[in-house]
Amino acid sequence: MSVDRSGKVKMMQGNQACAEGAIAAGCRFFAGYPITPSSEIAETMSRNLPGIGGKFIQMEDELGAMGATIGASLTGVKSMTATSGPGFSLKQENIGYACMAEVPCVIVNVMRGGPSTGMPTLPSQMDVQQARWGTHGDHSIIALVACSAQETYEQTVRAFNLAERFMTPVILLLDEIVGHTTEKVVIPDQSDIEIVSREKPEESPEDYLPYRETETGIPVLAKFGTGYRYNVTGLCHDSTGFPTNDSEEIEKNIRRIVRKIEDNRNQIIDYREKMTGDAEVIIFAYGSVSRSARSAVAMCREEGIKAGILEPTVIWPFCYNKVRELAEQVNTFVVPEMNLGQMAREVKLGVEGKAEVVSLNRIDGEPIKPAQIVEKVKEVV
Amino acid sequence: MFNYLKFIRTRNFPHIWCPGCGDGIILKALIRAIDGLDISRDEAVMVSGIGCSSRTPGYVDINTLHTTHGRALPFATGVKHASPDLNVIVVTGDGDATAIGGNHYIHAARRNINLTVLLYNNYIYGMTGGQCSPTTPRGDRASTAPYGNIEPPFNTAGLAISAGASFVARADVYNVKRCEKMIRQALEKDGFSLVEILTPCPTAYGRRNRMANPVKLMEWLRDNTVPVQKWEKLSPEEREGKVRVGVLADTEKPEFTAEYRKLIERVQGE
Ligand SMILES: Cc1ncc(C[n+]2csc(CCOP(=O)(O)OP(=O)(O)O)c2C)c(N)n1
Ligand code: SF4
Repeated sequence: MSVDRSGKVKMMQGNQACAEGAIAAGCRFFAGYPITPSSEIAETMSRNLPGIGGKFIQMEDELGAMGATIGASLTGVKSMTATSGPGFSLKQENIGYACMAEVPCVIVNVMRGGPSTGMPTLPSQMDVQQARWGTHGDHSIIALVACSAQETYEQTVRAFNLAERFMTPVILLLDEIVGHTTEKVVIPDQSDIEIVSREKPEESPEDYLPYRETETGIPVLAKFGTGYRYNVTGLCHDSTGFPTNDSEEIEKNIRRIVRKIEDNRNQIIDYREKMTGDAEVIIFAYGSVSRSARSAVAMCREEGIKAGILEPTVIWPFCYNKVRELAEQVNTFVVPEMNLGQMAREVKLGVEGKAEVVSLNRIDGEPIKPAQIVEKVKEVV
Repeated sequence: MFNYLKFIRTRNFPHIWCPGCGDGIILKALIRAIDGLDISRDEAVMVSGIGCSSRTPGYVDINTLHTTHGRALPFATGVKHASPDLNVIVVTGDGDATAIGGNHYIHAARRNINLTVLLYNNYIYGMTGGQCSPTTPRGDRASTAPYGNIEPPFNTAGLAISAGASFVARADVYNVKRCEKMIRQALEKDGFSLVEILTPCPTAYGRRNRMANPVKLMEWLRDNTVPVQKWEKLSPEEREGKVRVGVLADTEKPEFTAEYRKLIERVQGE
């Protein structure tokens, strides 16, 4: 499929939409390692990047792909990698590096069933907690989800914008159903797409401190090669970027890295809600499952059951406040997900005991069907 | 006298290396080599992994990137591929490059991407206190080989040659002139250029192997390294226990970023 940003309607897989969205967002570097069900992202990037002067590389493994992605980004080039379950595990150490060194990049994980090699060709949502806590050490992370090819395109653009704005790795979680379903995507005109790019330092190289304390906590990292000869490390460092053993400096810097995301939660968190106004039960669903959940809400309403839906499009940071607000009004949350209740844990934290949280889980590689959700809703109302 | 200060971040001194460590000698040889070549500091990037050796970039006033253990080469590959105009130097240890980073090592060499790689080989894991490395000689002691190492070592330079590197040399810190010359040649070469540099680690290696005195390790380097020209004349018996130093491979091969540039031109021309 050719690169086309003329506002046309095209048929494509979620994985292709991801690649197209990345290029529209300004991504000009991709490093990957093949793995089902994500390989079409790498394949599309290998086809489309050279024509626009971008760079593709198939690395020897996912550790390498993550490292190359970070290295490329430090030269100012928007960079992405894509993988699935086992590969996502391998990327974790360097995802932590990107958090610590504050290097913007996008990591796509098209979730398949696990643990281990699991179900290479079947969907799951088993990596949502790994996206939050997969790398070692205290940190914050931004993770987005998408439920369709169209939304994948849009969320990929958003992932780059958030990465560049907050100077942090951003994870985009798709699942096998979203990645492999071919459907209609309206590609907006390039001029209609909002693009955010990282800031450049205003001060001279002599006065430059890459990791200095700022009001927002977000650092300004100069591109390599522009005269700001600073140091980047995964070791605890001070505002200069050099390693430090000073306990005060260590604490200050790590707190800043966490704060730049946590203090801006409200600008990052996003969700859709439908029919929640009078709802007695809320279906909390994300990714491909939210499509079944929407049908389930319609089916419930036809039968006179007051169901509503809350669909986060950003899962990390989690929308605890929204969940708490709805918990004041409804009795029950039903959380259908293709894992053993990973996001239901967060919903439980969010309701603060004010509503019941009921899980509906599937881990056999089969999608959750609307009728199953309706059945669960009927059990609880 | 040569003025090192223009390349050194003195604010980070004193350095972390032990007295008698060879890593500082390599740092000085590298600076002299860079200076001799008129490389722009703003357009040079030094990438390292984790280890005593990998702390080198912190002291050099260019763009520096201290990465994760074993991953210097992938990070460097990203830097170079995304921005080929940057001059990319990689500093790595024997464990960093050939154990945890072994896969990246052979693949970066195979790709023949234009990186200059300085592999500090001290035969041991220095930073973590003297555990066995893939280059620890058979019979030597390490903190994880208290009864003597039973594994055969890698020929690290040979590995890079067979994987496809276009320039491979071996040097040692006893002969600093040769060391500097090898680094300069590697910097000048287009393609994956490796200089394996034998360097003493008195603290983690020497102490366990009857060479706690740094002078002993330097003498060992002096007495056991053989320049390539001389090596050719030695019998197999005479070569026993000796290490060949000098340029081991220097060939012309397609370089990765140049090939990618051609690919872009081809695709854009269609
Ligand atoms: C993933 C990971 N595993 C292990 C370590 C611990 N570690 C730090 S340095 C090192 C070995 C370094 O040895 P070498 O590469 O030979 O460098 P040297 O210190 O001898 O210069 C190890 C095992 C680490 N930092 N990260
Ligand atoms: S432990 Fe060995 S390699 Fe590390 S600084 Fe000391 S002497 Fe050098």
